[in-house]
Amino acid sequence: MIELSGIRKVFNQSRHNEYRALDGIDLFLAGRQITALSGPSGSGKTTLLTLIGCLARPTAGRVRLRGEDISGLPERFLTEIRRRTFGFVFQQFNLVRGLSAVDNVMLPAYPLGPTHRELRDRAEALLARLHLADRRDARVEWLSGGEQQRVAIARALINDPEIVIADEPTANLDTALAKAFMGILEELHAEGRTVILTSHDPLVTGSVAVHRVVALRDGRIVPP
Amino acid sequence: MRTWVARQAWLIDFTVGSLARRKTKNLGLWLVYATLVFVLASVALYTQALRLEAAAVLAHSPEVIVQRLVAGRHDLIPPGYLERMGRIRGVQKREGRLWGYYYDPVLKANYTFMVPPDAGVARGTLVVGPALERERGLARENGISFRAYSGRLFSFTVADVLPAATELMSADLVLMHEEDFRAFFEYPAGHFTDIALSVANPREVRTVAAKVAAALPDSRPILREEVLRTYASILDWREGLVLAVLSGALLAFAILAWEKASGLSAEERREIGILKAVGWETGDVILMKFWEGALISGSAFLAGYLAAYLHVFRFGATLFEPVLKGWSVLYPRFELVPAIDGLQVATLFLLTVFPYTAAVLVPIWRAAVTDPDSVMRQ
Repeated sequence: MIELSGIRKVFNQSRHNEYRALDGIDLFLAGRQITALSGPSGSGKTTLLTLIGCLARPTAGRVRLRGEDISGLPERFLTEIRRRTFGFVFQQFNLVRGLSAVDNVMLPAYPLGPTHRELRDRAEALLARLHLADRRDARVEWLSGGEQQRVAIARALINDPEIVIADEPTANLDTALAKAFMGILEELHAEGRTVILTSHDPLVTGSVAVHRVVALRDGRIVPP
Repeated sequence: MRTWVARQAWLIDFTVGSLARRKTKNLGLWLVYATLVFVLASVALYTQALRLEAAAVLAHSPEVIVQRLVAGRHDLIPPGYLERMGRIRGVQKREGRLWGYYYDPVLKANYTFMVPPDAGVARGTLVVGPALERERGLARENGISFRAYSGRLFSFTVADVLPAATELMSADLVLMHEEDFRAFFEYPAGHFTDIALSVANPREVRTVAAKVAAALPDSRPILREEVLRTYASILDWREGLVLAVLSGALLAFAILAWEKASGLSAEERREIGILKAVGWETGDVILMKFWEGALISGSAFLAGYLAAYLHVFRFGATLFEPVLKGWSVLYPRFELVPAIDGLQVATLFLLTVFPYTAAVLVPIWRAAVTDPDSVMRQ
C-alpha cells in the first residue's frame, strides 16, 4: 500500500548544524495491517512517520501511496491526501485547549464543509464508541490522559481515514490504559484500517495485535 | 456553493470560539481599536456637521458683500456709494446694511447689533438671539438697557427672540430699528456698514464682483463662497489641531494594537501547527485568521463609529466641543443635523480596518506556511 524507496531526510541542509535523520530507507507497508516502527530515541522513526503521513517531504527518494508517487506533490495536494487518507494520533495528543472534546473531534472536518448536523452526529458517535459520550462537552484540559488520548483517536477517525498514524501512543499512558489503547487498535484493524505507529514500548512492539515491527537505528532500518 | 458556505460557517464558528478563548487579549484589542475609531470618527463627524450647518445657514446670505476699505481697514460706506455703483447686470437687489459690535460689560461678551433689511423691528424694541435670551435671562416684553460708546444710556423692550434653529449664526445677534441703531452708534445719516448684493446666477457672481471693484476702487467685494471657504478652512484647521494634539495618544494606541494583533503567542503557533497537521490547508488557516481580524476590526469599527455618532449628534460632542466649536462667552447651543459622508466613512474604514487585517495576516501567513510536521516534534 505504501512504498518508500531510497528515502533520505536531512534537516538544516548545508548548514553547520546539518542533521541526517533518515538515510536510505526502502520499505513496503502492506494495507490492513498494524505496523510498528521501533527504535531508540533519535533513530528516525517519527521522521519516517511524518513522511508516510504526508506531513513532510523527503530530501531524496520516493513515497508511493497505492502506486502513486506523492513525494513531489505541492502542499495543497498533500494536504488533501492527508485529510482524506490519514488520521493522526500524536504523542502529546495535540488537542486544542479551551475547546470541548466534541469540538476537537470535529476540527479536521471543517475545511470539507459538512452540514452541522451530519458532523456533530459523526463526532458524537465516535465519542460514544470510545466511551466518552458523557465527556463530550468537557474542555479537553479537564480530561484525564486516557480520555485525552481517546479524544485524539476520535479526532483521527472523523474523516473516516484508511490509514491511522500514531506517534508513541502509549508514551504517556500507564499499563492499563496502554492495553486499552491496543484494544482500540485491534478494533480499527478489524474495521479494515491500516495502522502505522512508532513506539519503543515493549508492550506495543511485543503485542500480538501488531503484525509487523520495523526496527530503526541511526536513520536506517536494522533487523529487529 | 453549499459546501463553500458551510466551510465558511465552520471557520467563523471556530474563529468565534478562538476569540472567546483569548478574551482578555482580544477584548483589550477591541477596546483600543474602538477607541481609536471613536476619536477619529467623532472629530470627523463633528467638523463635517459644522461645515454643513454653516453652509445651510449661509445659503440664504447675499452672494456678494461690498465693504469699503480705508488704509486697508474696514470703513463705513459713505452716502452716494449705492448710486455710484450704478446698475450692474445680474444684480437682483442691492441694499446698504447696518450692523456693528457692542461689548456688554455685564456678560463680558460681544453682541452683534444689526438692522434687519425688512425693517420688521419697531422703534424702541429689540429682537435678541437665543444665547442672549439665555445668558441675560431675557423674555418678551422685558426691558433692557445698554450704555452706548458715547456714554448715553439707551433702554429697549424685547419684542421677540430669534428661533433656536438659527443659533449657530444668531446666538449673539440683536436686531433693532434703523433710527435706534444710528442713534446708539452715532452713525451719520446715509452711511452704511456694508452693501449686500443678490445675484441670481451663481456663474455671474465673480463678474459682478469684478464690476463692483472697477466701479468702486476702494471697495472690497466678499463672495459668499469665500465666506464658506473661510468657515471650512477654520473648521479644517481646528480638526487638524485636535488630531495633532491627539496624534501622540492615537499613535501609541495604534502601535499597541499593531503589536498585539501581529504578535503570535506560542499557544497560537501550536494551534496553527495542530490545524495543519490534522488536514487544514495554509489557506484555511489564513482564512480563519482573516475572519478573526475582520470580526474584531469590523465590530470595533461599527461600535466606535456608532459611539462617535451618538457622542456628536446626541450628546453634542462633549469631549471635543470646546476646541472644535471655538471659544466664546456666548456659546451657541444648537442641534447638529446628523450627516454621514460616505467617502469619510470609507476613508476611515480603509485607514483602520485594512492595516489591522494586514497586521493580523502577515505573521499568520508566516506561521501557516511552515511544515505541519513541526507539531510531531513538540
